Amino acid sequence: MSAVTETPFEPTTTTGRITNFVDERVGGSGMLREFGRKVFPDHWSFMFGEVAMYSFIILLLSGTFLTFFFDPSMAETHYNGPYVPLKGVEMSVAYSSSLNISFEVRGGLFMRQVHHWSALLFVAAVAVHMLRVFFTGAFRKPREMNWVVGGVLLILSLAAGFTGYSLPDDLLSGNGLRIIDGVVKAIPVVGTYISFFLFGGEFPGTMIIGRLYMMHIMLVPAMILLMLVIHLFMVVIHKHTQYPGAGRNDRNVVGYPLGPVYAAKAGGFFFIMFGIIAFVAGFFQINPIWNYGPYDPSPVSAGTQPDWYIGWVDGALRLMPGWLFNIPMEWHIPLPWGTNTLSFNVLGPALIPAGLVFTALFLYPWIERWVTRDNREHHVLDRPRNVPTRTAIGVAGFIFYCVMWAAASSDLIATHFQVSLNDVTYWLRALFFIGPIVGFIVAKRVALALQRKDREIALHGRETGRIVRLPHGEFQEIHAQLDDYKRYKLVGYESPVPEEGIPNENGIVTKKENLRSKLSSFFFEDRVAPATPSELEAGHHHEAVEAGDDDKAITH
Amino acid sequence: MKALSQKRRHPLAALALLVMGLMLTGGLYAVVTTVNEAKADTTTYSAHEVEEGEKLFIANCATCHGLGASGTDAGPSLAGVGAAAVDFQVGTGRMPMQMQGPQAREKPKQFTTEQTREMAAYVATLGDGPALPAEEYIDGEGDAAAGGELFRVNCAMCHNAAAAGGALTRGKFAPSLAGVSNSHVYSAMVTGPQNMPVFNDANITPEGKRDIITFLNTIENQGNPGGAKLGSLGPVSEGLFLWTAVLGVIIGFTIWLTSRTS
Repeated sequence: MSAVTETPFEPTTTTGRITNFVDERVGGSGMLREFGRKVFPDHWSFMFGEVAMYSFIILLLSGTFLTFFFDPSMAETHYNGPYVPLKGVEMSVAYSSSLNISFEVRGGLFMRQVHHWSALLFVAAVAVHMLRVFFTGAFRKPREMNWVVGGVLLILSLAAGFTGYSLPDDLLSGNGLRIIDGVVKAIPVVGTYISFFLFGGEFPGTMIIGRLYMMHIMLVPAMILLMLVIHLFMVVIHKHTQYPGAGRNDRNVVGYPLGPVYAAKAGGFFFIMFGIIAFVAGFFQINPIWNYGPYDPSPVSAGTQPDWYIGWVDGALRLMPGWLFNIPMEWHIPLPWGTNTLSFNVLGPALIPAGLVFTALFLYPWIERWVTRDNREHHVLDRPRNVPTRTAIGVAGFIFYCVMWAAASSDLIATHFQVSLNDVTYWLRALFFIGPIVGFIVAKRVALALQRKDREIALHGRETGRIVRLPHGEFQEIHAQLDDYKRYKLVGYESPVPEEGIPNENGIVTKKENLRSKLSSFFFEDRVAPATPSELEAGHHHEAVEAGDDDKAITH
Repeated sequence: MKALSQKRRHPLAALALLVMGLMLTGGLYAVVTTVNEAKADTTTYSAHEVEEGEKLFIANCATCHGLGASGTDAGPSLAGVGAAAVDFQVGTGRMPMQMQGPQAREKPKQFTTEQTREMAAYVATLGDGPALPAEEYIDGEGDAAAGGELFRVNCAMCHNAAAAGGALTRGKFAPSLAGVSNSHVYSAMVTGPQNMPVFNDANITPEGKRDIITFLNTIENQGNPGGAKLGSLGPVSEGLFLWTAVLGVIIGFTIWLTSRTS
């Protein structure tokens, strides 16, 4: 019916005719209508996902440029380029071509630095984005799956970073690969086989750079792209979350539409980011491979660290003692086919902390959902202080990570702060266990204290700094009431109470339910209830009487 | 010949053989090790210099190193350390030591070049040791590429591949080599100051040392093709820079972009 009543659109200009021709065949206007009206709330902390995506685009562009000149061959050659301190030195073709990119290809060094800086920024943006999502509770229903996709993206970005880090085949990255080889070999029974398959023989072999190159330029970026598309698709389906505020609820999104405001902002932001990265790449040297020399398994340079995002695993390896109170951490286990070595001092630190962090990361939305029995959809975010226990868990995990991260630079901490390397290690070992606990307690107390402060302000208004002397001599500070919009932010949140275990149909509280009840008290035992309307009423009335009638009019 | 064959079953023949064998090995060893031993001090010091050096030594060094440099609990004997050791330790300000610690730190020099030379002259008389390096080995005109290879294999594990320095155990450290004079680099290699091992002429030939010095000069003077070097400390300083400066600027822009909010 509609086809009959609709007047066909008759474009009058050439551009209009071309556009219409295309639109009639691909239906672009419908998509534009749908996407262009997508509303995005404005907050600076919402932009880290965008930062990550733009860094990824910059990585694809600069990486493509680098592939034009890079040769991932481990064949031996003698350097014959312009860099004097390496002239005539025996090296792999991969390293030689990286030097060639740095010193002979026009703009090559700049592009290498763009690629490396944006790689560091990419992983950092992913990490900050995930921290934002965690602390604001954006992983809750319906976004649990997207949180998992984000976690996969984090792992993929680490993989992309590591495979790329090794490609130049310089001494620094070779040392890093050797550590990976050591970790692989520490896997009981099959470790040596895996290592031999990976390297095509004994480390370093002649295969690994080519294999890593294929993963780095094909498999890993393809998977990142796929996950990125899924991630964005889900964002469109779920709509964006928003911070709490008057007029914002779980059924609306308050913000600007994508077209034209957000399209302009986001497009402009891409160029701002490209500008920042280009500036940094132009003025700040990163990974000066010519300083490190070609890889050779014998030398290991002091101050050998991986790029920041692998640092925490390196740090865990540095923290692990080889012996624990006269008990060796490396065991020789007699088995029917001979003795196998289990190097727990390598395997443990390489796998356990990373395993813990990623397992907790992937499972957390479901754990919290089970404990709180909160099965509702949430589109309004939590302020971190209003969920003290989650915030505290996040801070504990963050500190756990940071201690290992710091341990990766233990040698530089020792030289730059003029302390003993051994002491740095001992302190960090202690902090590895104590840090998260202290962090949990402090973060929870700070969150509760901030909640109390909010409650106080909501009830009595903010302190104006004006001291008045009353006729009978008493001094009082005048408190100014907040306006309704500001007050809403302080009182508009939920504060669940701990739940008793719920009996099942037979009237029995199961063990699982009991555990849930215990966890529920762990989560919600310490709570500050938001000020209720009646409390607010009473508080304001009290205020008015206290401050005298003439101060009623005070607003700020 | 006949006498020799008759006496070969003499009870002492075995002993004689043993002695001959030992003499031979010992003699050969002595010949070989003299290669390792620092060249005899070819620098000639005047008697006046030695005398002045002794006075300076007694006034400034004997508290720890003992009268006659025979060593005390607080400091080792200096017999045989050579003029090169004095030139390095005093010439870089490490001696006299400011305080006991894991390792003597570099500080402003306490003595003039002349005084240092006089003390070196005195210490050189106490026993043969590494002499001051010959000019031909510290001219920095060797092969930088060969020096780079030697540096990465022998030095980089403590001093870092870019010679930026690194940590050792219990507060000890290998210092950055930027700004260290060629002569001091050479002296350090032959005398092994602080926690550094000795690289004698059998480990690294004088020509090799010259190449290393050339390499160090080259990387120090070539500048940084990629821009500010962020301390040449590798991924840690790069990561720190990214997390503070770069991310800080980006957050600044995100705040600006979202400042006119709905």
